[in-house]
Amino acid sequence: MSDTTQNGPVLAADGTPLKRSLAKALRLQKLRALMLIAPLLLFILVTFILPVGDMLFRSVDNRIVQEVLPKTVVALESWDPASSELPDEAVFAALAVDMKAAAELKVHTRVAKRLNYENPGMSSVFRKSGRKIRKWDVENDGPYKERLIELNEGWADLELWRTIKTYSGTRTAGYFLNAVDLKLGAEGVEIRPETERIYNTMLVRTMRMSLIITFSCIMLGYPVAWLLANLPTRKANLLMILVLLPFWTSLLVRTSSWKILLQQQGVINDVLVWIGLVADDNRLVLINNELGTIIAMTHILLPFMILPMYSVMQTIQPTYLRAAKSLGATNWTAFWRVYFPQSVPGIGAGSILVFILAVGYYITPALVGGTKGTFISNLIAYHISTSGNWGLGAALGSILLAVVLLLYWVYDKIVGIDNVKLG
Amino acid sequence: MKMTKLSALAMTTALIAPAAFAEDMANELTLVSWGGAYQDSQNKAYVEPYLAANEGVSAVWDESSAEAVAKLRAMNEAGNVTWDLVDVVASDAMRLCDEGLAAELDHDADLAAAPDGTPATEDFGDLLVSECFVPQIVYSTTFGYRTDLVGAEAPTSVCDIFDLAKFPGKRSLQKRPIDNMEWALYCDGVAKDEIYDVLGTDEGVTQALNKLDSIKDSVVWWSAGAETPQLLADGEVVMGSTYNGRLFSAIAEQNQPIGMLWDMQSFDLDGWIVPAGLPADRKARAMDFLKFATDTQRLADQAAYISYGPARASSAPLVGKHAVLGIEMAPHMPTDPANSGNVHTYDYEWWADNRDDLDAKFQAWLLQ
Repeated sequence: MSDTTQNGPVLAADGTPLKRSLAKALRLQKLRALMLIAPLLLFILVTFILPVGDMLFRSVDNRIVQEVLPKTVVALESWDPASSELPDEAVFAALAVDMKAAAELKVHTRVAKRLNYENPGMSSVFRKSGRKIRKWDVENDGPYKERLIELNEGWADLELWRTIKTYSGTRTAGYFLNAVDLKLGAEGVEIRPETERIYNTMLVRTMRMSLIITFSCIMLGYPVAWLLANLPTRKANLLMILVLLPFWTSLLVRTSSWKILLQQQGVINDVLVWIGLVADDNRLVLINNELGTIIAMTHILLPFMILPMYSVMQTIQPTYLRAAKSLGATNWTAFWRVYFPQSVPGIGAGSILVFILAVGYYITPALVGGTKGTFISNLIAYHISTSGNWGLGAALGSILLAVVLLLYWVYDKIVGIDNVKLG
Repeated sequence: MKMTKLSALAMTTALIAPAAFAEDMANELTLVSWGGAYQDSQNKAYVEPYLAANEGVSAVWDESSAEAVAKLRAMNEAGNVTWDLVDVVASDAMRLCDEGLAAELDHDADLAAAPDGTPATEDFGDLLVSECFVPQIVYSTTFGYRTDLVGAEAPTSVCDIFDLAKFPGKRSLQKRPIDNMEWALYCDGVAKDEIYDVLGTDEGVTQALNKLDSIKDSVVWWSAGAETPQLLADGEVVMGSTYNGRLFSAIAEQNQPIGMLWDMQSFDLDGWIVPAGLPADRKARAMDFLKFATDTQRLADQAAYISYGPARASSAPLVGKHAVLGIEMAPHMPTDPANSGNVHTYDYEWWADNRDDLDAKFQAWLLQ
């Protein structure tokens, strides 16, 4: 009685306020939980988040120009890129000093590569000149303006100097602009020439094809998941093995098998010719195009659709359907009004899984997609492992990540992420 | 106290350091190559003999040559180069050398002389295209065609690739601008010695791409050397480009109905580079192996396993019969006079300078 009339805070047994003592106990508990997951957290941080972050940072990193051409960048500050005159002798002299130092360390090719992304053709000017400037005596060999232009007339190109000036900062939006078919010119952002525009097309194609693949997975997976959930256990187990068997088979093996099935002299065409549906000299083109990618990827991603659907359908009580029918519903109404709405969380989970996997898919489109059926991920792979343009690869990757997160958010708004169930 | 510790450390280092340098070489050797029949030929011709002669040394293979440039760049940035010798094509070697990722070599000092005493630089001659590069083989990118599918008349000219009326059906080409652009210009009427001058202009690039456009819908693009022989064997394409050694093995070892079209074959070189910045003991081992593996006899031995020409002039007379089939290898070499009537001389330096530009344009054209 006296406790409740007291005005002060409620006290614990040891006299400290109960609130504080509770918070302390909770904090300890949280700390212990954190300690338990610390190894995993550290592992993910070191092997996943940091490297990915470092890679994404390359999409804006432009330190290379200042590092390799420090004096030129400073000397260019006073030059007006809008003018129709070449920079003065001081700039050329600074360039000669920078180029000699860079060529000795062989780093001039790296800045050449960087600037070539923005202005194709600059790489060869830097590379050719670097070989000669290496042997110059930069103290006495002036005047450099004439000598450099004589060495390679590329140095007399205003556009080259504008590019150096535009891209002399340590951060750049150039890679991101390039990733959406734009570029930073002397007068601000401009559209790239038609022969260089590919990335928007590829992004749209990737999204469109991933949606088609997701949709085909729903159409093919739904009946299978329904059978799995409703057949007697023994038959369902057998069917489950049939679903999982390809899931356990190597991705490369499955993709190569599709090659054998789909090609023009392949099994499917042979059968069609044999039963007379297709003329021998007019075989269907099922591979090295969009169709090939859609067929192979639908098959490969199908288990990711079936499994979440199945686990959700298993929890749907058959009594609901029976109740609906006993109240006079037809088979179709019972399914559409009672069963289907309950299975939507499974479709949602499967669709998100399949769509996100499809958007980043790379091996299958590379093998069966030809040139028309490849995804943006193939271009990212090309830039990372072949062309060496890591900045552009990172920018494309960032955009892909942003688009996927955006779609995830839209999905959450429309369907609700709480409605997603994996089982 | 601190001083004594430091000086003690300095003393020990001073004592150990010379020993470490004089110490013989690392016992592990990481070799990077292309896998398949080519790597087998290297293994049999010089890696196994080297390991037999140097007890306690072991070699590890890494089949990453196709991505060597990108991977070496990444290793270099991470400051941890794990490769000792890397097998790359000449243009990649030049790129790596230009970017400071491959060590510069002194060819006469680092490589064995020919048996008659000719120094290495003369023996390799023009094939030493970069100061970082030691060529092993001359190979060519050329065409094979299905003898039973091309009709009564077999193709005789590289321009038959562009002739859809005479030779209908699909053809396979490599997914890169090199060679394809030159063939396209040549077949569009550009004289052979003007190809690179024309290709150096924007109009020339457009001309080449327009020519390729005329067959674009009938092309299957490949990126691995094994693809064309497979496509030919399946009858998916009637003709296609690939490395001549792959066609040799499809024809001679697997008896496929494939014929060789050597016209305008494009010579290229393949060889070793040593990554820059290796620790002294590993570098010493790599150099020791390099000297052994690129001597006259070893390069000639390699030709018994695969139909690529040895890069040394002094090895050519020693080329004999196929190690298993027992057939004469000389007629299957790209350098054989019967095969090299009309060859395309691939300009390494031009491509090293212009690769970045043309790759971007070609890639965009491909996807449009």
